[in-house]
Amino acid sequence: MTQAMATAGEATQATEQPILEAEGLVKLFGRVVGLRGVDLRLYPGEVLAVIGDNGAGKSTLIKCLSGAMLPDRGTLKVEGRQVTFRSTQEARAAGIETVYQTLAVAPALDIASNLYLAREIRRPGFAGSVLRMLDQKAMRQHASDHIKSLGISTLQNINQAVETLSGGQRQIVAVARTGAFGSKIAILDEPTAALGVRETAQVLRLVKDLRDKGLGVILISHNMPNVFDTADRIHVQRLGGRAAVISPKTHSMQDAVAIMTGAMTVPEEEQSIR
Amino acid sequence: MNDQATETVEAPASADDLVPTRHTPAQRIQHILHANPALSPLIVLVLGLIVFGAVADNFLRPQALSLLVQQVAVVGALAVGQTLIILTAGIDLSIGVAMVLSSLVMVKLNADQGVPGLIALLIGIAVGILTGLINGLLVTRLNLPPFIVTLGTFSIFTAISLLYASGQTIALDPNAFLLWTGKTISIGSVSITWGVILMLLLYGVVSFALRNTAWGKHLYATGDDAEASRLAGISTDRVLLSAYVVAGVTVGIAAWIVCGRVGGADPNSGLNYNLQSITAVVIGGTSLFGGRGLVIGSLIGALIVQVFNSGLALAGVDPNYQVLATGILVILAVSVDQWIRRVKA
Repeated sequence: MTQAMATAGEATQATEQPILEAEGLVKLFGRVVGLRGVDLRLYPGEVLAVIGDNGAGKSTLIKCLSGAMLPDRGTLKVEGRQVTFRSTQEARAAGIETVYQTLAVAPALDIASNLYLAREIRRPGFAGSVLRMLDQKAMRQHASDHIKSLGISTLQNINQAVETLSGGQRQIVAVARTGAFGSKIAILDEPTAALGVRETAQVLRLVKDLRDKGLGVILISHNMPNVFDTADRIHVQRLGGRAAVISPKTHSMQDAVAIMTGAMTVPEEEQSIR
Repeated sequence: MNDQATETVEAPASADDLVPTRHTPAQRIQHILHANPALSPLIVLVLGLIVFGAVADNFLRPQALSLLVQQVAVVGALAVGQTLIILTAGIDLSIGVAMVLSSLVMVKLNADQGVPGLIALLIGIAVGILTGLINGLLVTRLNLPPFIVTLGTFSIFTAISLLYASGQTIALDPNAFLLWTGKTISIGSVSITWGVILMLLLYGVVSFALRNTAWGKHLYATGDDAEASRLAGISTDRVLLSAYVVAGVTVGIAAWIVCGRVGGADPNSGLNYNLQSITAVVIGGTSLFGGRGLVIGSLIGALIVQVFNSGLALAGVDPNYQVLATGILVILAVSVDQWIRRVKA
């Protein structure tokens, strides 16, 4: 754990380069402006929360980043390389893993199968190449190691069907997926929306663990206390544009709500734009 | 030990977590059945064998049991394809008439046009695959519900079969290659047909693929939650289409088996096979809601129906009670499935 944090710390210091960089994203829906030139920069080893009122362009922004939507204008860079995502699969191949609000897992499959869904490991040799047999043992082993490395003690049996888990544990499986395949960026869309207090705490702890492992995490949430507890920086969307980027250290929850509703503006030099 | 310590520090738990979860006996049964979808049909099958064995003393004789297995060969083979489709949360109402069409093509080509048996067989199987492809394309490309698609193709395939065969039953020459599936091999007093062996092979191959390949996992996942599977990166349309195409292959093989059983092809026999295949799958513990079940369960399901039918017949009960028993079994099976689905952690 401490080791992971140390490496993450070094990584942030070594690379000044953002892991994900969006510049001037514009998305129009006919005459309706979804995004009016949004900039966003995400660094490895940080949690960037995205907040905003309904219709502020949060979902559109996230869809543009995760490949679910193609922006009309603007550029997207992953680790400095310019990219264009025509599908979520392409975004995933570039290392961007997205967890969606509710539709996260296949309930009847076990935890290991869910972690490896759509990227199963085949057995080496004849059994894998001709008989197309899966290496269930390796997948279970890796899944179990991964779950352990994240310090999740609530998931004991990796062969358990996901539907026998609580809502929070299911969401933990979904979030754990994001860190399992060497992905660099995790986008979490309201991961705690349907959860109780204790389960929320577990999921958020996992989010911090992913950050400590060096991932860049984008967290979309309506829950201000969660955002202020978890995020390093907070990107506030308003009316399709970026109203401000603030830090929980410099601004309060009241400030955040005021910026969201337009009651307050923050001068650039007081923001936490990195 | 260490684990426990961190657990208490990290998650100040509610009282629920400190007490190990206690399960009532009913919950424990529910859990076991949930983890083993073919277990409840297996219990019913064994109970059925015991009960009818006690009631009708000739029931458990090797000859009677051999006949019983031969009788399920066709429905058993069709049920493999039906299981695949039901696992994707679909249903195939056309599978029986598709098999009839496929078998008519085989028999007619061979008996009327003089096409060699093997080539007639391959063309017949191709027709089976084509019926699956049509269903699959309509479901995936036009996004129509499988129920509606196969209700439509049911009528279409029936009409084509009747037109093609002019409503006539066609008999094959007793030495025809297509009748090979009806030939028996005897080991002592047990005699089974090559059709039965073919059916068992089909179960073996499909079980293996479902269990051990990514395709199998994706099929279960798609039936379980199509949207979540799509978001996880599975091309669910391709998985669905493949299920219908593989079902088409089983249709072709079932058509060959039916040739051997009836000695030809009968354009009027499809409707029974449709419903019997669905019955076998449902009694076999595969959930109509998709994503849950085992293909081997459908074989057990087909055997259960046959055990009840033969058992009741041997016990001298009015044949109408056989139909009644099948109906009760279906409703029981679906009720048990609903109960199992409500399993909790």
